[in-house]
Amino acid sequence: MLRDITLGQYYQTESVIHRLDPRVKLGGTLLYIISLFFYKNPLGYAVAILFLAIVIRLSHVPFRFMVKGMRAILFLLILTVGFNLFLTPGTELISFWRLTITKEGLQTAVTMAVRLTILIIGSSIMTLTTTPNNLTDGLEKMMGPLKIFRVPVHEVAMMMSIALRFIPILLEETDKIMKAQIARGADFESGNIFKRAKALVPLLVPLFISAFRRANDLALAMESRCYRGGEGRTKMKPLVYRKRDWIAYGCIVLYLAVGITLGRLVWTRA
Amino acid sequence: MSIILDHVSYIYGKDTPLAVAALKDVSLQFPDGQFVGIIGHTGSGKSTLVQHLNGLLRASSGHIYFNGEDIYDKDFDMKKLRSRVGLVFQYPEHQLFETDVFSDVCFGPKNLGLDKREVELRAYDALRKVGLPDELFYQSPFDLSGGQKRRAAIAGVLAMKPEVLVLDEPTAGLDPKGRDEILDQVKNLQISTGMTILLVSHSMEDVAEYVDRIVVMNGGSVMYDGTPREVFRHYKELEEAGLAAPQVTYMMHRLKERGLDVDVDATTIEEAADTVMQALGRSGKQRQKS
Repeated sequence: MLRDITLGQYYQTESVIHRLDPRVKLGGTLLYIISLFFYKNPLGYAVAILFLAIVIRLSHVPFRFMVKGMRAILFLLILTVGFNLFLTPGTELISFWRLTITKEGLQTAVTMAVRLTILIIGSSIMTLTTTPNNLTDGLEKMMGPLKIFRVPVHEVAMMMSIALRFIPILLEETDKIMKAQIARGADFESGNIFKRAKALVPLLVPLFISAFRRANDLALAMESRCYRGGEGRTKMKPLVYRKRDWIAYGCIVLYLAVGITLGRLVWTRA
Repeated sequence: MSIILDHVSYIYGKDTPLAVAALKDVSLQFPDGQFVGIIGHTGSGKSTLVQHLNGLLRASSGHIYFNGEDIYDKDFDMKKLRSRVGLVFQYPEHQLFETDVFSDVCFGPKNLGLDKREVELRAYDALRKVGLPDELFYQSPFDLSGGQKRRAAIAGVLAMKPEVLVLDEPTAGLDPKGRDEILDQVKNLQISTGMTILLVSHSMEDVAEYVDRIVVMNGGSVMYDGTPREVFRHYKELEEAGLAAPQVTYMMHRLKERGLDVDVDATTIEEAADTVMQALGRSGKQRQKS
């Protein structure tokens, strides 16, 4: 039942995008998301979609797999589109019952839908092609300079990777405890909201206990291997920029230049 | 009154690139009152199989009949099935959640909608059956020892008064004494209540000593199905499936090779002792004659 979540999942395959340094992917994704808010005409979005399509193609992750992850935010998407469509004041296009669609509303609704969709697909490429460990490694390295301001960068990164690592374990555990309680006649699916909340007690108590037990075991295991924080700790596979990473940075800059030029300049002239 | 599995298959993660067939065309029948051992290597489909018996997993194809009724029928009452087929999971102590042992054992019968008196009677009865000392009934389940926690959890399922009790590796992680105690109590339950018991295990010794019948799972299908004697005759094939026969079986085969006329089908230590004594007695007599 809980195995179907694909949002934020890693897709194991071999591709150029998979091999890129996580810092390139993190930085690139961030820049890509920011760029989406600069565009003021369809041409800019066309460039963004084209760029995304090329990256998806290079990543060897089936497009179908990404769309599956989109299902989770479908509700949010429909809500945003709906609000923008009906509640934006402006020149009236169609009007029925109490609802009015305006020209401006239609424009913002379509823009928002496109923006949200490519924003989510764009960022899911990062998680789909980067293992959680790699991702936190990249984050740690990128946030490295913050150590000067006494930000515990290594600790934060370690906590993140532990948290990510434990998601599938705890999901499995939840599944198991749920089944065990269902076998004892527990009912998680019927009744009103209070009854349902109460029905969760037999699930949550064992889950928390098991999480604490695992945390305790992990702490012991780390200590018995002499873990004492990030001070002076070296990496087995240190992150090093290679030629392909610089090329990737180049591509991102090129995309930004083309996108922002087309996405803004044409509009002011028209 | 029985459980029948008719060509049951189950695939994990169906329609995804990670699909794994966990059960392949399994057909089995469990008559009433039998003590059945289900053995198999890790990943052979034992646990998947038992989760079908009370409808926790729905077969990808095939049918399951409980007392002649198809459990996948639309108007079949799954909740009732779950009260009649009690499933004790691996490490059942991880499902304890109440503030005291007694309330935790009450959880199952309470869910059946019984009145308070009946619930408490059943809880006492179940706790006695698993042999938990009275002074522990009102302690926090988290203060008990590993073996005691496990009994409390088994009592939680027994309190629902199931007709079929399925135990998934009930002895995992217990010391030999705790293991024998639990298995003895399970055997007593079967004898005193006539309950059908399915014991999932990968310990051949446990299984050989207690069960009437063994089902061997391998790679999602049934490899052997028969009495312990019949199944352990295939000890060489069992080894290939990553399992082993009880040590007694190996011992008997060795003795036979060395020329002692023992019954190689002996599976428990008692049987082995008998046949060795017999063989020695006879050969002793023969020696005296000659």
